[in-house]
Amino acid sequence: MEHIIYILQQVVNGLQLGAVYALIALGYTMVYGVLRLINFAHGDVFMLGAFVAYFLISKFSMPIYLVFILTMFSCALVGYLIEKIAYKPLRDAPKISLLITAVGVSLFLEYFLSLNAIFTPNYIAFPRPFDVKAYDFTFLSITNVQVIIFIITFISLFILYLLIYKTKYGIAMRAVSHDKETASLMGVGIDGIISFTFIVGASLAGVGGILYGIAYPQINVFMGIMPGIKSFIAAVLGGIGVIHGAVAGGLIIGICEVFVSAFLSSTFRDGVIFIILFAVLLFRPRGLFGKRIEKV
Amino acid sequence: MNNIEGNDFLLRVDNVTVKYGNIPALRGVSLYIDRGEMISVIGANGAGKTTLLKTISGLLKPVQGNIRFGSLNIENLRPDRVVKKGIVMVPEGRKIFPDLTVKENLELGAYTIKDRTIKKELFELVLSTFPRLKERLKQHGGTLSGGEQQMLAMGRALMGNPKLLLLDEPSMGLSPIFTREIFSLIELVRKEKNISIIIVEQNAHMALEHSQRTYILENGEIIMEGFSSDLKHNQRVIEAYLGV
Repeated sequence: MEHIIYILQQVVNGLQLGAVYALIALGYTMVYGVLRLINFAHGDVFMLGAFVAYFLISKFSMPIYLVFILTMFSCALVGYLIEKIAYKPLRDAPKISLLITAVGVSLFLEYFLSLNAIFTPNYIAFPRPFDVKAYDFTFLSITNVQVIIFIITFISLFILYLLIYKTKYGIAMRAVSHDKETASLMGVGIDGIISFTFIVGASLAGVGGILYGIAYPQINVFMGIMPGIKSFIAAVLGGIGVIHGAVAGGLIIGICEVFVSAFLSSTFRDGVIFIILFAVLLFRPRGLFGKRIEKV
Repeated sequence: MNNIEGNDFLLRVDNVTVKYGNIPALRGVSLYIDRGEMISVIGANGAGKTTLLKTISGLLKPVQGNIRFGSLNIENLRPDRVVKKGIVMVPEGRKIFPDLTVKENLELGAYTIKDRTIKKELFELVLSTFPRLKERLKQHGGTLSGGEQQMLAMGRALMGNPKLLLLDEPSMGLSPIFTREIFSLIELVRKEKNISIIIVEQNAHMALEHSQRTYILENGEIIMEGFSSDLKHNQRVIEAYLGV
């Protein structure tokens, strides 16, 4: 019985981490959908979200809802600008040029922002806007941090669902992911939809950054690298380009990581995630929910 | 001729040349279409029919020549802008979005329509023209049969409230019965909505039967043009395109 409770507790902890991965993975998968690009700078937008929130909370003592709104707005702006400045000029270039550019944008953001005059390369304590409290139920213990992460993630996913399935921009985004040329014959401005996708993806990464900061309150300019890669793996696991796949993949990766730490050793937790990537690429390259294999 | 070229034309393609790399796909093509008219372009595979429609709709840019729509030069417009001007293309193979529902496919067709009442009217019109779609609104586009997909593709195009409709091989892959049904629907759309139609077809029979004028394209050049009723009896056309 105790084992089961312990396992359940780890599932809850895993979902906490997985929710953040899911939020980041959505950006990877949506951008892949419209551009067939792995946007390596996406993890850094997530990092930026944490830093923006840090400044808003510690320097301006803003109420938490404003922190969310302004952080999402800032990340959306950065995501939009990254696309406009770095990716758009390469619209007709070979895909590999785009990929290399994405790596370049990522490195630029990390090392430029790590300058001493800006964020510095040091770890900074993220100011939690509230004290951590644990609610003990008979079986489980759930912290208010976890509750907040679950609620915010759920709200974000619900809004995303409405955006993608109930608005004409969402329908257009799904159409562009399937076939740009035909979408343009419907009067859809492809560039506008690509910008829209970056804005939505970056906003979600911003939310992920705040939640991550609240859950693991040490932030640093390189904090986006590992969660970024793991979320990318989550997107591949769920089937790159498939929106609900990214959510499922994120949650699975989060639970796997926590389980490995809890039952094996935390030294292996990153390694196991990469083993999952290898396994997916070898045995099911289209991922859990992918329909068909894309030719790259 | 009831019409002197350029008198009341809706669209005029003037001496247009299009190249894929160095290879010309269209060479100095000129044609026009009047308001409310239906013209067809027939020719063998690879003659440049699809290239012509893609050029009008802005997917391809001519290296030479211009395309006038009313008083506007449109040869350099992006495809989505061309749609906004009122030219909508139904692409070859229909290109339904398989993962979108029938309703979403139709909504996408009305992407450029801002006015909700107009959108609703168009939606009603499309459903009354293609009643089969009404039963399938919630189904995914990919689950429809070929003929239904062709109806959806045309319905989707009509949702954009076009002045000019470009149809690329609407009979492709359809049974003769469905082909006739599609063509009578095309006629209906033209008459009731006064939409001009350029139709590109390998099925020269149907094209000549339903259009007022026809252009014949060979190796990227227009080799013959005239009233469809005349061309039907032209010896060369009969031999080359209508079979025996």
